[in-house]
Amino acid sequence: MSESQTNEQQRKWLPNFWSVLFLMVPIFGVATFALAPYLNDIAPAYFKRPVWFPKDVSEHGYVIDNLFMFILWLTGIVFVITEGLLFYFMWKYEANTNTKKVAYSHGSHSLEVVWTIIPAVTLLFIAIYQMDAWAAAKMRAPDIPPIVEVTGRQFNWDFRYPGPDNELYTSDDIVRTDGRLYLPVGEEVLLRITSADVLHSFFLPNLRLKQDVIPGMAQNMWFTATETGEYDIVCAELCGWGHYKMKARIHLVTRPQFEAQLEEFRKEKNTMRVADRPQD
Amino acid sequence: MSTVPAADSQTNAGKALAGHDEHAHTSSFLKTYVFSLDHKIIGLQFLFSTLIWFLVGGMLALGIRWQLAYPWRPMPILGELVGAAEGGQIPPEVYTMLVTMHATVMIFFVIIPVLAGAFGNYLIPLMIGADDMAFPTLNMLSYWFMWPAFVAIGSSFFVDGGAAQGGWTNYAPLSIFAGQGQTLWLIGLTLVGISSMLGSVNYMTTIIQMRAPGMTMFRLPMTIWGMFVTAVLQAFALPVLTAAGFMALSDRLFGTGFFLAEGATANNAIAQAGGGQPLLWQHLFWFYSHPAVYIMILPAMGMVSDILSCFSRKPLFGYKPMVYSLAGIAGLGFIVWGHHMFVSGMNPALGMTFMVSTMMIALPSAIKTFNWLGTMWGGKLQFTTPMLFAISFVSMFIIGGLSGIFMAATPVDIVIHDTYFIVAHFHYVLFAGTAMAVMGAIYFWFPKMFGRTMNDSWGKVHFLLTFVLLNCVFYPMHILGMNDFPRRLADPYHYGTFRHLLPINQFMSWCAFILVSVQIIFVVNFIWSLFFGPRCGRNPWHANGLEWQAPSPPGHGNFDFQPMIYRGPYEYGSPEVEVDYYPQTQPPAASSPSGESNENPTKEA
Ligand code: HEM
Ligand SMILES: [Cu+2]
Ligand SMILES: [Cu+2]
Ligand SMILES: [Cu+2]
Repeated sequence: MSESQTNEQQRKWLPNFWSVLFLMVPIFGVATFALAPYLNDIAPAYFKRPVWFPKDVSEHGYVIDNLFMFILWLTGIVFVITEGLLFYFMWKYEANTNTKKVAYSHGSHSLEVVWTIIPAVTLLFIAIYQMDAWAAAKMRAPDIPPIVEVTGRQFNWDFRYPGPDNELYTSDDIVRTDGRLYLPVGEEVLLRITSADVLHSFFLPNLRLKQDVIPGMAQNMWFTATETGEYDIVCAELCGWGHYKMKARIHLVTRPQFEAQLEEFRKEKNTMRVADRPQD
Repeated sequence: MSTVPAADSQTNAGKALAGHDEHAHTSSFLKTYVFSLDHKIIGLQFLFSTLIWFLVGGMLALGIRWQLAYPWRPMPILGELVGAAEGGQIPPEVYTMLVTMHATVMIFFVIIPVLAGAFGNYLIPLMIGADDMAFPTLNMLSYWFMWPAFVAIGSSFFVDGGAAQGGWTNYAPLSIFAGQGQTLWLIGLTLVGISSMLGSVNYMTTIIQMRAPGMTMFRLPMTIWGMFVTAVLQAFALPVLTAAGFMALSDRLFGTGFFLAEGATANNAIAQAGGGQPLLWQHLFWFYSHPAVYIMILPAMGMVSDILSCFSRKPLFGYKPMVYSLAGIAGLGFIVWGHHMFVSGMNPALGMTFMVSTMMIALPSAIKTFNWLGTMWGGKLQFTTPMLFAISFVSMFIIGGLSGIFMAATPVDIVIHDTYFIVAHFHYVLFAGTAMAVMGAIYFWFPKMFGRTMNDSWGKVHFLLTFVLLNCVFYPMHILGMNDFPRRLADPYHYGTFRHLLPINQFMSWCAFILVSVQIIFVVNFIWSLFFGPRCGRNPWHANGLEWQAPSPPGHGNFDFQPMIYRGPYEYGSPEVEVDYYPQTQPPAASSPSGESNENPTKEA
C-alpha cells in the first residue's frame, strides 16, 4: 500500500525532475555568459578583472569582437530554442503525463525542407559576412617595408630591426633577444615573422592577432595599434617543454619614442651589452 | 523500467543453443575467451580493454587539472602515478606529456575502439541477422593488433625522456626532434590504424553481404548506418595517416626530411636533410583526423537514435533524412580538414574555401538534431537510464555543434585557435557527446550482452552526477576561450593577461576531480550487475531491433531461428498491433490491409 503510494509520488515528481534538469542547460548556459564579467567580483583582489575579452588596442580588433558577439547572439537564440523545445517535450510527453496516443509519425517532408533551408541560409550568410574581415587580416598585406623581423626559437622571441638604411638583413640591423618588442602606434606596421627551429605561434591577444611561424618560411603580419602601452606576447603553438614560458612583451609607443628607442638600441649594440629578459 | 521478460515471439527451441558454446566445441578456455573468433567475445574484449584505458586517460586528465589549479604545487596521492617527479610536482615536460597522452589514450584507445571495436563488433551481426562477421579471423586480428599498440604506448611512459610530448597532433618538426617516446607513439598509432582497417573492411563486407532475408539497406537501424559510414570513412582516410606516420618515422630514424625545412635545428639536433615542409604533416594528419572526429561520433549518433526512438515509443523522425545527413557529413568531412589550419600559414585563400565547407558541414548536424527533437515530440517518453544519457547527448551535441560555428568563422578563429574555446568544443562533442552516448549504450545493451540488467536507480544517480559535473568542468572553458586562455600551457598564469583566470580554473578542477571519482558508481554497478543483476529475457525494453529477438546473451551463431525481416526497426506505436512495439521479425497480421506502411517517411506529421 505505502509502497505503491511512494511509487505513485515518484512517478509524478521524477519525470518533472529530469525535464527541469534539462531546462537548467539553457538557463545556466545563458547565465554563465551574462554573468561572466562579474565572476571575479567574489575573487580575491589579486584576480579582480572582468572575465571577458582582453583589452583591444588595435584598429581592426572590434570587427573580430563584434563578429564573435554576433555569432554568440545567433547561436544563443538557436541554443535557447532547441534546448527549450527539448525541455518542453520532456515535460509534456513523459509516458505517464501524456495520456494521448503516441503520434505515429515517420517524419514530415515539409518540416525537413524548412529546417534544411533556414540553417543553410543562415550559415551561408555567416560565411559570406565574415570573408572581408578575413581578407583584411590575412590577405591584403600593405605595400610597406617590414618594420621588424620576428623569429621564434625554443624558447624565445628574437626581434630584428632594420638599421638607418631602413632595410632588413643588412649589416646595420639591430637584433634584440631581450624579449621586448617596440612598435609605434597610430600607423600601419608590417612584421616579417618566422621560426628558427620548430613551430611556434605569434599571438598578440590585445591586438587580436595570431599567426603560426614555420621554419624555412617567412610570413607577413600587419596591424595598426591605437593606444600606447605594454602587453603580452604569447606562444600559442606547442613548441616543446618550454612552450609555457615562451613569453615576450610588446611595447606600443609613439613614433618619436620608437625612434629614440631604436637610437638607444644602436648605441647599446656598439657597446655589446646583453640586456636582461623582462620579468613580467 | 519494465523488466518483464520479452514476449518471445519465437519458439523456445533455441534455449539449448544458449549453452551451445560450452559443449559443441572441444575448445579450451583460451580459444573461447581469448583467441575467440566470435564477434560477441571480441566485442566484449574491446569493451573491457577500452574501459580500462578510459580509467587511465581519466587519471592523466587529473594531472592536467591539478597543474592548472595549483601550478607547480606537488600533487597529492596521484602525483607519482601520473609521472610527476620529486614528491609529486609536475615539471613542464611531464605536463606536456600528460596533455599529449591524455588525448592519445582517449581518442585512439577509448573512443575509436569502443565505438567500432566494441559496439560495432557486438551489434552488427546481431542487428542485421547474421551469425557472425564475414571474416572472423580478421576480426580476431583486429583486436589482437591493439595489444602491440597498448604495449608500445604503455611502455613509452618508461623509456628515457618519457612518453610522447608532441601533442596528440604530433606536429612536425617538434615531433621529429622529440625523444624516444615519440617513436613508440608513431608505432602505436600505426598499429591502431591496422586494427581499425581490419575492422572496417570486415564491417563493410558484413553489412553489405550478410543481411538476413528482408533486411534491406533502408530497414537497417541507424546504429548500423553509423557503423557503416564510419567504416567507409576509415577505409578511405586511414591510409593517409598510415603513410604520414611512416614518413614521420623515417624522418626520425633515417633523417629523410619529409617534414623538415632546409637546415632545421632543434633540441641541439640538426636535420641531415631538408627540402621538406612542416605543413605537409598537418595536411596529411588532418586529412585523416578530421574524418576521424566523425568516426568518433557517427556510431554514437546511430546508437542515440535507436535509444531515443525506443524510449519515446515512437518511430524515428525522418529516417531517410537521418541517413542522408550521415552520408552528407561523411562526404563533406573529407573537404574540411583545413579548418584546423586557418592560422597555420596555409594559403589564406584556401582558408576561405575551407571556411565555407566547414560552415556547410554544420548543416547535416543541425538536421539530425531537429529530427531527434521530432522523434521525442508526441511520444510517450520513458526516462530510463539509457534514455537520459541519450537525451543528454542531444542536449550537449547542440552546444558542441554551435561552438563549431565560432571556430569556423575564420576571423574569430584567428583569436580563439589554440585556446580553451577549442578544448570546450571538442569535449562537448566527444565527452559530453560520444562518451555519454557510450554509457547510455552500455546501460541499454548490457542486458543483451550479459543476460542481466544494470541497476536503474544507481544508473540515474550516476547519470545525474556525471551530467551536472561535466558541465561544470567543460562549460566554463568557453569563457576561458573568450579570454584567449591558451591550451597546453604548463603555467598560463605568469602571463598577466591570464592571471585572473586562476579561480575559475580551480573551480573546474575540483569539479573534474569529483567527476572522475563518481564514475566509481558506474564501475560498481557494472561489476555487481555482471554477477547479481536481475536476469532478463530476450527483450527487456520491448524494443523492435533484431538483436532483441536473440537469446540474452546470444549463443554461438546468435539466432536460434532463421530471422526474416518484415519492416524497419522503428515501428513503435504502430496501429497495426495491440502492443506498442512491432519487432522486425514479427510477420504482418494477416488481416492488415497494408503491409508496406513502414517505408513511408514522407507521411505528414
Ligand atoms: C557542427 C559541426 C562542427 C564544426 C563546424 C566544427 C568546427 C571545428 C573547427 C573549425 C575546428 C578547428 C578549431 C581550431 O583549432 O581553431 C574544430 C576542432 C575540433 N573539432 Fe570540430 N566541428 C564540428 C563538429 C565536431 C564534431 C562532431 C567533433 C567530434 C566528434 C569535433 C571534434 C573536433 C576536435 C577533436 C577538434 C580539435 C582538434 C584539436 O585541435 O586538437 N567537431 N572543429
Ligand atoms: Cu614557442
Ligand atoms: Cu610554444
Ligand atoms: Cu575538424
